[in-house]
Amino acid sequence: MSTLDSKIPEGHISQKWTDYKDHLKLVAPNNRPKIDIIVVGTGLAGSSAAASLGEMGYNVKAFCFQDSPRRAHSIAAQGGINAAKNYQNDGDSIFRLFYDTIKGGDYRAREANVHRLAEVSGNIIDQCVAQGVPFAREYGGLLDNRSFGGTQVQRTFYAAGQTGQQLLLGAYSALSRQIGLGRVKMYNRHEMLDIVKVDGKARGIIARNLVTGEIERHSAHAVVLASGGYGNVYFLSTNAMGSNVTAAWKAHKQGAYFANPCYVQIHPTCIPVHGTNQAKLTLMSESLRNSGRIWVPKKKEDAEAIRAGKLKPTELAEDERDYYLERKYPAFGNLVPRDVASRAAKEVCDEGRGIESNDTNEGVYLDFSTEIQTKGRQAAYAKGNHNPTPEEVTALGKQWLEEKYGNLFTMYQKITDENPYETPMKIYPAVHYTMGGVWVDYNLQSTIPGCFVTGEANFSDHGANRLGASALMQGLADGYFVLPYTLSNYLADEIRTGKISTDLPEFNEAETRVKELINTFLANNGTKSVDYFHKKLGLIMWNKVGMGRNEKGLNEAIVELAELKAEFNKDVYVPGSADELNPQLEKALRVADLIELGQLMAMDALQRNESCGGHFREEYQDAEGETLRDDQNFSFVGAWEYKGDNINDEVLHKEELKYEFIKIAARNYK
Amino acid sequence: MASKYINVNLKVWRQKNANTKGKMETYKLDNVSTDSSFLEMMDQLNEQLINERQEPIAFDHDCREGICGMCSLYINGRAHGPDNAVTTCQLHMRKFDDGATIYIEPWRSKAFPVIKDLVVDRSAFDRIQQAGGFVSVNTSGNTIDANATPIPKADADKAFEAAACIGCGACVASCKNSSAMLFVGAKVSQYALLPQGKVEATNRVLNMVRQMEEEGFGNCTNTGACEVECPKGISLENIARMNREFMKAMITAE
Repeated sequence: MSTLDSKIPEGHISQKWTDYKDHLKLVAPNNRPKIDIIVVGTGLAGSSAAASLGEMGYNVKAFCFQDSPRRAHSIAAQGGINAAKNYQNDGDSIFRLFYDTIKGGDYRAREANVHRLAEVSGNIIDQCVAQGVPFAREYGGLLDNRSFGGTQVQRTFYAAGQTGQQLLLGAYSALSRQIGLGRVKMYNRHEMLDIVKVDGKARGIIARNLVTGEIERHSAHAVVLASGGYGNVYFLSTNAMGSNVTAAWKAHKQGAYFANPCYVQIHPTCIPVHGTNQAKLTLMSESLRNSGRIWVPKKKEDAEAIRAGKLKPTELAEDERDYYLERKYPAFGNLVPRDVASRAAKEVCDEGRGIESNDTNEGVYLDFSTEIQTKGRQAAYAKGNHNPTPEEVTALGKQWLEEKYGNLFTMYQKITDENPYETPMKIYPAVHYTMGGVWVDYNLQSTIPGCFVTGEANFSDHGANRLGASALMQGLADGYFVLPYTLSNYLADEIRTGKISTDLPEFNEAETRVKELINTFLANNGTKSVDYFHKKLGLIMWNKVGMGRNEKGLNEAIVELAELKAEFNKDVYVPGSADELNPQLEKALRVADLIELGQLMAMDALQRNESCGGHFREEYQDAEGETLRDDQNFSFVGAWEYKGDNINDEVLHKEELKYEFIKIAARNYK
Repeated sequence: MASKYINVNLKVWRQKNANTKGKMETYKLDNVSTDSSFLEMMDQLNEQLINERQEPIAFDHDCREGICGMCSLYINGRAHGPDNAVTTCQLHMRKFDDGATIYIEPWRSKAFPVIKDLVVDRSAFDRIQQAGGFVSVNTSGNTIDANATPIPKADADKAFEAAACIGCGACVASCKNSSAMLFVGAKVSQYALLPQGKVEATNRVLNMVRQMEEEGFGNCTNTGACEVECPKGISLENIARMNREFMKAMITAE
């Protein structure tokens, strides 16, 4: 029944992109100024796309809901960006990065897209260095690397614990240059509230000026959505408060299929929840797993004593600790992929060995004491001190940690009031990234012609689990090195189209839809705040569509979410008016879409009768509790088609995944 | 973490929009967990206001982990409040006593006009960046290999420390002259320290400084308040470096 054409080019995997690129249609420089492009979102994927397209000479309009494009949530990425440079001489190559990414994604990603990503990864680093991104360097002046989960090479480039910030500021600087030159028009504090289709093609958007409340029409020959992921469907996540699915969801409602919504990444190392007024969770970078060892007490009684404050973790003897990742996965140890590490943490906490004294007792230790000793001794030797005292070793080890991870340790201390140089960090998994997203073909085009989707907002590169330091890579690859080619190919047929009028009836209709929705919310006069519903949504999702899923829970979630949608529409109270800065109204519009998406996520998780990557169906696990894939029946991308207000009516389309160049196998990190 | 709960009195700046006059309003908020962040306390207050059918307070925020630079409150007379090296979203209520009175105001600067309540317009920073805060390299991917130009670690580290600026505007808000020199100095320094930035150094510093002045920011009189309140610890050395770059540019510019 599949109607999905992924448009993967013929040829050997290592030549597909090169050959394909060579035969794409071009738009001549003199024609580019006649063409308008809208880019929604200014994170890595959006900023890089807008800057590149502006530079090429197209007329670009870029939109972000923040007060500046520099604030998009890519900025918060900490640990690093992968690239197959093999600077560390540990046998890395494009093929290995490709292979690690496919395997890390539990064989649910599209081969051709992932290989292209690995191919351009090296260019990203070259590009960023040329832009003045200050990556970490060694004393010889060359770039430094570190390891990340799911790999056995050091291919991660970084800038302390602020790599996302430095890369985004790099892309923002390129974007700023184009804004200054007048080739990109920037709309800060604007939110896209609908997409406009004319004759079946994406021809513009309806946006709300968040300061004045004015509803604006913007037309273009193509629309690029780079609007990020939907982790905020869980209410508590590491996403920014404003991160939302609205742009992607509105496109979905207008005909863009939504792929693999159930693939969610729960990141293993976040600071545990402190209480019911908590609004967001904070990540502690995966890079810390290079230096920290994860453990819980072997005995339940010790965990209880720790939670009661009667025992300190530092007092527990070495042989009373269970370094469970090192025990279960000796080959990768603390650097197993995120989904594996998260499930292992849940498992030991479910056994009653969690160490956090909160409502759920959920938390495990991330301990740096071994690394302090190791690095301290190395540092002493490097200084010519071959008989350091224990105090000297400890001091030098802490100094080494501070240099590598200083900002993360400070952040941890500010939030928890505990000093991680002295006592192990407490961590627990939290929602972090969504692998699912708008379905796109090899050109990054959705099922709406002219609507392209990049970065976290699409589904294409990470399968059922994303490896660490690969989100930044994908965002920049899409924006700098893929979209400029594939979008131009589409636009080559638009050079005779001329300006798209915003007076077309399709713009009228879309604007009316948006205005009616806003007025309905403001006139609703219900009894409960938007956050009340958002928290309720989050609880249903976390408990039933979270780290462990089963048929019964998913069926319940589908019903509960449909009820929640009805209750929200009936009883939400949105204060203020439409023609002013109104954060509650913004939130209401976003939560309405998140509730619908949540229901689709549960439906997707229910149809996928297997476990893969971040999607763990409790019914499908092996004797040791590892994910059990069903490649016979589920080696496909599940793409959902919207069929009207009742989400239960959505229709599933399947894109079969063909592995021609990688032998599909069970994932093994042991 | 043993949570404690405290009660606080809040004096908050309320202003409907840029064209109306604002004033301080008083609110009482009970049962605030000391483990809550300052903005979670603001969420709790807004939830209370919504339930009382009063208008919630508008304030800027997004990442809530101290890196996006969107949050911006002037708390008890200090940008980002009574803690060092944090943004407002990283400030925690354990820094306040039970029964405390807390004054909450927007950034105050002519170049940052109030939009509503505690929300100000910082687009002046974007325009300064657009005037020269970049290296003019196209995103073709056809640049030289990233390791072709070694950069001394000390320079790379200093460039990174300058580039760590989050553009929140605390420097401007803390300065008695509303000077943006720390912000501009950090950007100019990042590029001045790197070989990639040197080619355009002259025009960059002249253009960015010109734009800074056009936006209405004041001058630097070496008080150093900006450095004290900067959540990212951006050093005053960056202002000195910008001044050197500026002087050099004045002499050598064509």
